[in-house]
Amino acid sequence: MEEQLRGFIKERFGDAIISEDDFRGDQSFFIKPQALIDICQALLDDTELNFKFLADLTAVDWLGHRREKDGRFEVVYNLYSIAHSYRFFLKVRLPAEDPSIATLCDLWPSANWMEREVYDLFGIVFVGHPELTKILTPDELDGHPLRKDFPLTYEQPQFSFNKNDPPEVTH
Amino acid sequence: MVEQKTVTLNMGPQHPSTHGVLRVVIELDGERVVRAEPTVGYLHTGIEKTMESKLYYKALPCTDRMDYLAPMSNNLGYCLAVEKLMDVEIPQKVQWVRVALAELTRIKSHLVWLGTHSIDLGAMSMLLYTFRDRESIVDVYEACGGQRMMTSYIRIGGLAHDLPIDFDKKMRAAVSQVKEGLADYENLLTSNEIFINRTRNVAVISAEEAVAWSLSGPMLRGSGVKHDLRKANPYSGYENFDFDIAFGTNGDAYDRYQLRLEEIRQSIRIIEQALDGMPEGPYRAHVPGVVLPPKEDVLYKMESMIFHFKIITEGFKAPVGSIYQAVESPKGELGFYITGDGTNMPRRIRVRPPSFINLAVLPRLVEGMMFSDVVCAIGSIDIVLGEVDR
Repeated sequence: MEEQLRGFIKERFGDAIISEDDFRGDQSFFIKPQALIDICQALLDDTELNFKFLADLTAVDWLGHRREKDGRFEVVYNLYSIAHSYRFFLKVRLPAEDPSIATLCDLWPSANWMEREVYDLFGIVFVGHPELTKILTPDELDGHPLRKDFPLTYEQPQFSFNKNDPPEVTH
Repeated sequence: MVEQKTVTLNMGPQHPSTHGVLRVVIELDGERVVRAEPTVGYLHTGIEKTMESKLYYKALPCTDRMDYLAPMSNNLGYCLAVEKLMDVEIPQKVQWVRVALAELTRIKSHLVWLGTHSIDLGAMSMLLYTFRDRESIVDVYEACGGQRMMTSYIRIGGLAHDLPIDFDKKMRAAVSQVKEGLADYENLLTSNEIFINRTRNVAVISAEEAVAWSLSGPMLRGSGVKHDLRKANPYSGYENFDFDIAFGTNGDAYDRYQLRLEEIRQSIRIIEQALDGMPEGPYRAHVPGVVLPPKEDVLYKMESMIFHFKIITEGFKAPVGSIYQAVESPKGELGFYITGDGTNMPRRIRVRPPSFINLAVLPRLVEGMMFSDVVCAIGSIDIVLGEVDR
């Protein structure tokens, strides 16, 4: 399955692949953001590979790590083939300034909430999303909590009632 | 001419049948639902952020607090993920115990679901019976981890401590109690006309749609997709056990009820196999520097004490790389995506919450349904808001 998938992606989207990784048996491809929709559509349409299950969608913030040079944010698409019981990952690197990528809502309805969550917690914009609003954090909260530069303990979240007050330091 | 108007109704966040703090804004045309919009996040506690700021060991208790009805499944998922990241091999006895406890947790979670779901539909007495039987399972928890809910008994590389002496006896008592209870549930519900009328052809979802919506667990299998991670990608030695995947055909709430009862029966089968064939051996893997040495050794052996001290104070350094490990939790596919960055704290811990992703389908499920069926739909998804919001 691993070889078959590699062959499929290399053959049809060879120039969109930046690199490949295999860590502890988890196969992943780093791809160019522009090619994401086409690759997902091809995987969805291919009846033999049968990647119809978008298991998960998340992001990683590489701020301050040596891997940051390739782009601060890494968006991870976790695709699963129920027919072959096989899982692999598509990964996209996005810059620190205005990270944005095309939405997958047209391919998978489940991408809706997953993308909203990533938008809420990381501030990554999914272009074309029908309703890109906060989902977990309160509307009054500024910032994106899972970014590495979002303080963990030293600052109270700034809600509307105390927005203009200086941050409360509790350490 | 009478003007047609819809009414917008707010349900929750404090509403007994939303199983926590779920809020649903429902647009009604008479008694028909035109549109439903679930609003989540009232219980958001930033568990992922908290876990990312702790050593790998110290992040473990956070997992109990997500799906608090199935703490052992969450422990298992997290520990397997960290063990995969650190490439730790687990002794067979530990695997067997973990399987038995994970299946016991499945029964426990399904029992709570059954009780609360029946109450939503008007069968008030069910909760008493399911909680009576759940009590015997919680007793096993207490014997193992010392606590009745947030056990944190499954640890990275093994178990918190060795099995209690009466583990086998307590497990068998719990299993026989549940077996007896199953007969009661069947009597009360399976051919109960009111229950069937309330659940048959309610909240129906087809197999194709279930896959497109990334549903997992009973929500997916209820529609006839035979997918179970325990069979598809076996973990923790599940390939050694003999059991069947329960699945439905119509994808309605009644199918999901029958499927969950069948899952309880299959779990009992697995537990009995695990108890009968329980191997002997250590309760923790011997991997110095990564897995805590057994407490008995720490008190008497110098090396063990040094490793214990090092792991507790500075933890272990994980390699740079990402892994994903999923387990079949009672609610569905519970996955942990962990990214190590060469330090002793994880760069990213992503929990793939089955409840959150299953809940996203609610607007589609209740479209065009009667208002009173919304409660049935929410119940049959089986959500825990602690996991939805994390």
